[in-house]
Amino acid sequence: MTIKIVVTGLGATTPLGGDVKSTWSALLAGVSGISTLEQEWVARYEIPVTFAGQAKVPAAECLTPQEVKRLDPSSQFALIAAREAWADAAIEEIVPERLAVEFATGIGGVWTLLDAFDTLKERGPRRVLPMTVPMLMPNGPAAAVGMDIAARGGVRTAVSACASSTEAIANAITRLQSGEVDVVVAGGCEAAIHPLPIAAFAAMHALSRKNEDPASASRPYDVNRDGFVMGEGGAALVLETEEHALARGAKIYAELVGGSVTSDAYHITAPDPEGSGAARAVLAALAQANATIEDVVHINAHATSTPVGDIAEYTALKRVFGDHLDKIAVSATKASTGHLLGGAGAIEAIFTVLALKERLAPPTINLDEQDPAIPLDVVTEPRKLPDGNILAISNSFGFGGHNAVIVFRSYN
Amino acid sequence: MALSQSEVLAGLAEIVNDETGIAIESVQLEKSFQDDLDIDSISMMTIVVNAEDKFGVKIPDEEVKNLTTVGDAVNFITAAQA
Repeated sequence: MTIKIVVTGLGATTPLGGDVKSTWSALLAGVSGISTLEQEWVARYEIPVTFAGQAKVPAAECLTPQEVKRLDPSSQFALIAAREAWADAAIEEIVPERLAVEFATGIGGVWTLLDAFDTLKERGPRRVLPMTVPMLMPNGPAAAVGMDIAARGGVRTAVSACASSTEAIANAITRLQSGEVDVVVAGGCEAAIHPLPIAAFAAMHALSRKNEDPASASRPYDVNRDGFVMGEGGAALVLETEEHALARGAKIYAELVGGSVTSDAYHITAPDPEGSGAARAVLAALAQANATIEDVVHINAHATSTPVGDIAEYTALKRVFGDHLDKIAVSATKASTGHLLGGAGAIEAIFTVLALKERLAPPTINLDEQDPAIPLDVVTEPRKLPDGNILAISNSFGFGGHNAVIVFRSYN
Repeated sequence: MALSQSEVLAGLAEIVNDETGIAIESVQLEKSFQDDLDIDSISMMTIVVNAEDKFGVKIPDEEVKNLTTVGDAVNFITAAQA
């Protein structure tokens, strides 16, 4: 890449914590963010899956009552994460036209949409809130973030299911490389712990049914994995040209050196069992990074804990890395956070960045008996990463056959 | 029983505060919703619907554009409940 891009700010609100620091420490400590849902609608609708990864700190505790009223929960998570990242980056002055936003969601304002439909049915059209449209639109979170930081260089929304926020970060590379902007706030969010999405994901048998033991339900690579676990929250990264960051003496976490998006055109939900589209994304991202496969020491895998998905990703990784795969420390952090859907790529990007910064790969909990069909070197206790110039990648794949891969390098 | 003008003002101020966060004491009769209180049309529609519920009146859409000041709204609601 001709223009170097660095990470200068991080923010998150997740099932593990209300900010990056608490989320990262809980992840390293092997905590599960998954718990039983106490909401009355679980019994009312006889929802077959009774647990999820709920935000550790309710959004309402971090926002004004008016913000809560005027923003869908997905946008609330976006705003909380973006504000933390923005404060962390500590950019005191920027031309608004040189600042952009790439903020993703998988589903958008599902709470707003369905609440509004209930209002329409029960109380008539005049009682439907006038803010319904801006609250439910999938670009709502990006727009809320853009308004908050006064970004006038373009505010965009990648929507590619569970690949959304990794795609948003890959899109940020394009924006920064174009020279049109100096800083992009990129990230993703999701707030879909609502009876309808849970029922719908359950209907396609995508979700774990381990209702009796929620903390053990998300178990990537384990022989007893039986589906993913829904999570909610938001995560944001401040991405900046190195030139801009150095000029203001910014603290730099890592370098973003590559990103790629490909598509399978194979099946609307099933991953290509050959993993060729995913493999192409990894290879293209590494090529953009001018890196070889031997440079990669750590992978934050997509690894949702579904029986077929985890194997398909392994197949793709094996195609790319061959024997070198044995030397790569693989972390599957959805075991702790659950699956944040449109927010997953962004929180996992943060974990990848922190792994490089602290030279510490985070653990994968619940791996009691590793699937012999997936002989990866899975990190189960925090593990030291090598010194020197090292690379790590983060994968995200989404319904629709979306593959998105980003590559970070340690920064010295 | 119909509410007095000051009771309507107090109730309306609560609705405005709830929707926008504007301090209750700032919601005074001579204040313009748009120019003084910086209330946009979307918030205004929400305030109107909430006022209908609270005071048991109908405020037709074509009437809303005539409600420039807080006093206009208070007078309309006071008259409408009679």
